[in-house]
Amino acid sequence: MLARRVLIGVPYLWLLVLFLVPFGIVLKIALSDYALSIPPYTPTMDFSQGWSGVKRFFAALDLENFWFLSEDDLYWKAYLSSLRIALISTFLTLLAGFPIAYAMARAPQEWRPALMMLVILPFWTSFLIRVYAWMGILSNEGFLNQALMGLGVIGTPLTLLNTDIAVYIGIVYTYLPFMILPVYATLERMDESLLEAAEDLGCSRLSAFWSVTFPLARPGMVAGCFLVFIPALGEFVIPSLLGGSGTLMIGKVLWEEFFANRDWPVASAVAIVLLLLLIVPIILFQRNEQKQREANR
Amino acid sequence: MKRLSWFNIVALTLGFAFLYIPMLILIVYSFNASKLVTVWAGFSTRWYGELLRNEAFLDAAWVTLRVGVFSSTIATVLGTMAAFVMVRAGRFYGRTLFSGMIYAPLVMPEVITGLSLLLLFIAVGLERGVITIVLAHATFSMCYVSVVVSSRLATFDESLEQAALDLGCTPWDAFKSVTLPIIAPAVIAGWLLAFTLSLDDLVIASFTAGPSATTLPIKIFSSVRLGVSPEINALSTIIIGIVTVGVISASLISKRAIVRQRQDEQAAVG
Amino acid sequence: MTSSLDDTAFAPWKKADAVPLIRFEGVTKRYGDFTAIDNIDLNIYEREFFALLGPSGCGKTTLMRMLAGFEDASEGAITIAGQNMKGVPPNRRAVNMMFQSYALFPHLTVYDNIAFGLKRSDMPKSEIAGRVEEMLRLVQLGKFARRKPHQISGGQRQRVALARALAKGPKLLLLDEPLGALDKKLRQQTQFELMDIQEKTGTTFVIVTHDQEEAMTVASRIAVMDHGRLVQVDTPDRIYEAPNSVYVADFVGDIDIIRGHVAAVDGDIAEIVWAEGKPPLRGTAAPGLSAGGPGALAIRPEKITISKDDPGAVHNKVRGKVEDIAYLGSMSTYVVLLPDGVRLKCQMANVRRISRRGIAWEDDVWLSWTDTAGIVLPE
Repeated sequence: MLARRVLIGVPYLWLLVLFLVPFGIVLKIALSDYALSIPPYTPTMDFSQGWSGVKRFFAALDLENFWFLSEDDLYWKAYLSSLRIALISTFLTLLAGFPIAYAMARAPQEWRPALMMLVILPFWTSFLIRVYAWMGILSNEGFLNQALMGLGVIGTPLTLLNTDIAVYIGIVYTYLPFMILPVYATLERMDESLLEAAEDLGCSRLSAFWSVTFPLARPGMVAGCFLVFIPALGEFVIPSLLGGSGTLMIGKVLWEEFFANRDWPVASAVAIVLLLLLIVPIILFQRNEQKQREANR
Repeated sequence: MKRLSWFNIVALTLGFAFLYIPMLILIVYSFNASKLVTVWAGFSTRWYGELLRNEAFLDAAWVTLRVGVFSSTIATVLGTMAAFVMVRAGRFYGRTLFSGMIYAPLVMPEVITGLSLLLLFIAVGLERGVITIVLAHATFSMCYVSVVVSSRLATFDESLEQAALDLGCTPWDAFKSVTLPIIAPAVIAGWLLAFTLSLDDLVIASFTAGPSATTLPIKIFSSVRLGVSPEINALSTIIIGIVTVGVISASLISKRAIVRQRQDEQAAVG
Repeated sequence: MTSSLDDTAFAPWKKADAVPLIRFEGVTKRYGDFTAIDNIDLNIYEREFFALLGPSGCGKTTLMRMLAGFEDASEGAITIAGQNMKGVPPNRRAVNMMFQSYALFPHLTVYDNIAFGLKRSDMPKSEIAGRVEEMLRLVQLGKFARRKPHQISGGQRQRVALARALAKGPKLLLLDEPLGALDKKLRQQTQFELMDIQEKTGTTFVIVTHDQEEAMTVASRIAVMDHGRLVQVDTPDRIYEAPNSVYVADFVGDIDIIRGHVAAVDGDIAEIVWAEGKPPLRGTAAPGLSAGGPGALAIRPEKITISKDDPGAVHNKVRGKVEDIAYLGSMSTYVVLLPDGVRLKCQMANVRRISRRGIAWEDDVWLSWTDTAGIVLPE
């Protein structure tokens, strides 16, 4: 029984101290006021004054930072544009990922492990490097513009780097494996005789695809979309390297609020709102997973 | 055997071209003699030389390695414990909170994790440096380890442990001599995942690192913000090379083990 | 009624002064609201080959796991060799178990699997090798000592599991569905090997099985279980010939059940009224049967004779129509529908060629059996 207590207690305590408590601190600071001090916020808990200190501490907390967020339309715009960018790039990732996953599932059995490997490999390589690789491609004198001008498609270089388009490309590129893998998993499990049965019952190839393959791949597509959408919403590296000054994403705003403006209370409030924004897709995602697990049983 | 349709061939070709061409360009241009990254001026290994003479990069790489080894080792121990709790401990007080805390970091935006840990370290007055990055990395990667190990544990035949107890093992002895050797591949995979996550992390490290400790991603980020540089290309090539060799050899080893096991089983039946 | 066993045979449960190796006294096991084992009293004696038989969920595995130490009784006491086992962990018990999945350690060789328990006992290191060799000889696996479990066949794995469990020389060996994973032919062969090894080592075996044929073949005594209770504990021949309830009769082997009303009990013979206007049928009275209640005549299909002609002056005869014939090679099974809807199965050895037997579908036939062939059970 002692062993059991240690087994549960050690990771529990670790997570409490390094996950839950920090969270409480973020919430607390989000309710505090900005101050020119170290740390740059008030109030701080002062236990030396006993109970009255604690009371004063709670009395000083308010929702002021959240009002500030709602009044300054920078934040509104940042949230909305994060949502827009995450949604559009999730959709683009699905468009790019589905055909690849589909072709992988239709590939000869003995190719599949190698193809899987090729999809997973980029996932193990540095995220930062993969984003960086696009900087050289998308810049005005970059490879893409060189190629297009060399082919005579365009006369003057396109401005791609430091635009939203570059951010879309970056997200699609880095999160593509997250889309391909779950979609491939559902397609690969699919019994091919289902398609033969559909054709036997009078479907054309295309209508068999739409009425059999597509609905059966839906759980995988839904899972893939969440796996892309959730991290894309809070993304920081991609907008800050590929996006322009006009690209507003909430992760970037939080970063700048914290490091550049040193406004910890507002940064904390931004974090809380971002989290609230994420709760719905996370719960939906978990429900989707749960349903899949039950269906596979 | 069926043949791939032209549609599938096009999809695979374009898809993998999209995934790999950017990295190939990076690798090719790391051997470019010119300082201008997008203009080819002949083959040279000059940037690798410069990279190896760059003290700041070497220091950062050393910090990153240390952080990676320590944090992933802690994460593996804690994550394996957590996996046992999730799969084996049954009901206990606060189980829902526990599993919530295990899964939440997997979907938590890095900016939030980083910010909250930094605020904690400041609140308790812990000086920022290697130790704080290790703590931060261990915390979020233990969750990944626990997911990897618990999926292995879920299919673990518990009668193996019972057989060990039945043959005279104490519970700890049974864990050491039966359970651990059998789940070792998952534990090692968990460690590698944690290690990769730690090497790769920019955001959380940026929040939790003090001025005294700069990791390689932080260094890369601050230098690429200013634009593309051939030195970074060389560094990227080295990293891509190490990862590729590592991942491919790991998968070949495990594939060979599977093939051998299958052959053995067939031989045993025949 | 006399037992078919000779009095000089091995039957310690009949001797008043025999001390049981295992004693269950009022043992109950509950999981929350569910009662897995319901107030069981049972003695098992040294050198016995004891089978726990029942459908899945009847509690037989729980009973065995309580002996191994993986479960504790909620109430009552379990003693092994006079020692109360309450709170004694599995690694402190002179009891070893052969698991249903065999639970061979996949990362260890056959040799190391067998040596596993010995290394954790107080046996001196120098003697371990000799003991392992001895066990390998016992199960005829000497050649495979260096192989890993996945490199040997299913039957060989089963023998490794047996050798590993026997290596420490336990007082008691528990076998959880030991032959369940083997195909039928191998299973029959292995049953005899098990009996042989049990005899050679003199170890007490307790086997859990849902296969009544297996229990009948190997066991010195069988406990038939249902819903956490012992329904009947007896020798295989008694379980088959003299079941104490319809449940046991139905569970062990094929049987025809004719339900009715016990009209009279006269010594060993009882009469049962089963259909209006038909003469009552006779059978051996189950112990404790009394006239006046509902009852059932249970009779084994192989004890019924089928004929086209009236069998004459037998007490138990009924007329019906052949509904189905299943040809099984050495014998045929006939399903005969009696006019009032009762179906009886009857088995006849095929001593003649098919063409000369002369019973076909839809034929009117007579079924008959002797007064002592069936048994009348209370319901």
